[in-house]
Amino acid sequence: MSTTTSTPAARKPTSPGFRERVTNLPKAVKILLWVLFAIFLFLLPLLNIPFITTEGSDFGGVLFTVATYVLVALGLNIVVGYAGLLDLGYVGFYAIGAYTIGVLTSEHAHMSWVVVVPIAIVIAMISGIILGAPTLRVRGDYLAIVTLGFGEIVRLTLVNSEWLGGAQGISDIPKPPGFELFEVPSIDWSSGAPVVDLDTTSTFLKFGINDFVPYYWLALGIISLVLLFDILVKSSRVGRAWEATREDEDAAELMGVPTFRFKLLAFALGAAIGGLSGALFATKAGFISPDSFQLLLSILFLAAVVVGGAGNRWGVIVGAIVVSYFPERFREFADFRVLVFGLALMLLAIFRPQGLLPPRRTVRAKRADERQAVLEEGEASV
Amino acid sequence: MQNLIDNFFAYTITGLTIGAVYALVALGYTLVYGVLRLINFAHSEVFMYGTFAALWVVMLLGGRPGAGVGQVIFWVAMMFVAAMAMSGFIAVLLERVAYRPLRKRNAPPLIALISAIGASFVLAEIMGLRSRITSWVGLDDNLRDYVRNSRNNAGMPTIIAPQPIFTIGGYHVTNVDVFVIVGAIAIMVLLDQFVKRSRLGRGIRAVAMDPESAALMGVNRDRVIQVTFLVGGVMAGAAAVFYMLKIGITRYDAGFILGVKAFTAAVLGGIGNLRGALLGGFILGLAENYGSAVVGSQWKDVVAFVLLILILLFRPTGLLGESLGKARA
Repeated sequence: MSTTTSTPAARKPTSPGFRERVTNLPKAVKILLWVLFAIFLFLLPLLNIPFITTEGSDFGGVLFTVATYVLVALGLNIVVGYAGLLDLGYVGFYAIGAYTIGVLTSEHAHMSWVVVVPIAIVIAMISGIILGAPTLRVRGDYLAIVTLGFGEIVRLTLVNSEWLGGAQGISDIPKPPGFELFEVPSIDWSSGAPVVDLDTTSTFLKFGINDFVPYYWLALGIISLVLLFDILVKSSRVGRAWEATREDEDAAELMGVPTFRFKLLAFALGAAIGGLSGALFATKAGFISPDSFQLLLSILFLAAVVVGGAGNRWGVIVGAIVVSYFPERFREFADFRVLVFGLALMLLAIFRPQGLLPPRRTVRAKRADERQAVLEEGEASV
Repeated sequence: MQNLIDNFFAYTITGLTIGAVYALVALGYTLVYGVLRLINFAHSEVFMYGTFAALWVVMLLGGRPGAGVGQVIFWVAMMFVAAMAMSGFIAVLLERVAYRPLRKRNAPPLIALISAIGASFVLAEIMGLRSRITSWVGLDDNLRDYVRNSRNNAGMPTIIAPQPIFTIGGYHVTNVDVFVIVGAIAIMVLLDQFVKRSRLGRGIRAVAMDPESAALMGVNRDRVIQVTFLVGGVMAGAAAVFYMLKIGITRYDAGFILGVKAFTAAVLGGIGNLRGALLGGFILGLAENYGSAVVGSQWKDVVAFVLLILILLFRPTGLLGESLGKARA
């Protein structure tokens, strides 16, 4: 996690009192809090906290899945939240990243993981530009269906192309090179109180096949980097250009913002992060097939962004956690997961239409709109 | 390529029948988009419920192959009644539960899509879990035939045996093909006239053109929206009957890919444009069948999506443009 002045709590617009208190903390305390929070996140899979820990499936693996969703949501947030482009085919870039890893490390070449990951990012980015350059000129709703088509084209091409492994997919994707520095013990709660369990340990950065905790650590590290990048880009000229484009494209164009180029940039960056997440997914799974990249996944990704609050990076992280963690946690209701998820989406749409943690600007804009409405139509409006 | 030339009419007729189904479902997307400017993502489930209603009514009436003409006509008529009623009901319910609350709160359009996705999951899963639901309410024994294997394909007895009526270019056009194509076109002509001539149709066009002015002129917007959903649902119900007669197999998630295709058809013809939906449906059906003949049937869906992308690049408003509001309907 980066040590900037904004904390998740500080972004929360609904409780200004709490926010002020957090912002007014001395800088040293804030850094300390961040460090503690980061350590907590890194140790989370080993703490085995009751209730939070998933019973049926390996908690390290679940946390890794959550982390990939967070990464995907951060990438898609650039496209949907910042630039306001509705992308229903994000899984296409995810698949491209995963398959680049598969093809270059297992199927047709045996290159090192460290070399292939940047290649995967670049290839996903290029495919984003190839898709975006012609299609970003079409209107918003159409962009949704074009990207949806793109996601399906990617998946069907994977199914039908023997060179890419066909429907069987690619297996034996090698593990990333690791090093064994030290072992981290886990906590055992079976006696009712926390006891340090020295027998069940995770080795720091040994990428094995049984213990998924190191993969989670890797994903967490990458998330920190992407988050830092996200903060820097959003607060730069680029971020402001995106905001202007999203709010009113014609006005932005008149003000001299080359909107098309910025939309393309958002698309390319989003695609690159999607490719990176796909690469991570392929690394941990060790096996990929077209079935892993169903259209439904795109919709889940979009749901993560919108549920959390498109445009707010902390919001989309929360959204990604909600979308990926709860279905895993409540596996015992496996048959009803999708049903409950659907109901939750509908309720959320009605009661929190801006997402769980809406970006501050939206809240401000909404208040301004309400004032405007009252001024124009009097109290009797609506 | 040789394959396409040899079997040109076979591909054409198959393309037209599936295209007719696409076109009818596409009408639902187009109507709702024209009036509300939103993609009714859950429309595919409206269609899927129609297929089940058609299937169940045939089972209920003891449909079997090889019955007399009068009997078959009665069964098909009941299929239409059941599927249209079911789909219409689901569509209106959808509007009430998933869209109206959002409209009252002036929610951003993106959130309507999320609500629609949620509704789509709920509807599909209720159908996929129907055996569980019946066992809860204790109707297990009575409804076993209707709900068993609720996550697998459910097939319908072939009540109209496909018989060749006439032959073009070596392909025997069956009575089912003719019925589907002619029936779909007839229904669409009816809808076209309804939107063009009736009072409610005028309301739909007025709201599509300018919701605020329409409201000032005394058009009840909520009512018009409800009618729009109902009409779209009824069309999807008709499509479901044709689909069941031609394909005969449905499943709780059968709506999804067909919905995507139908939406593609709507965009292809110009979303918001009724005749565009008809044209888009037939073109899509033909194109994917011709395409699959040339490059292999496993690329069928890719052909459809590539076609969509190409159309949007060169003619972003679709083939006939967007014009539910215009007098042409």
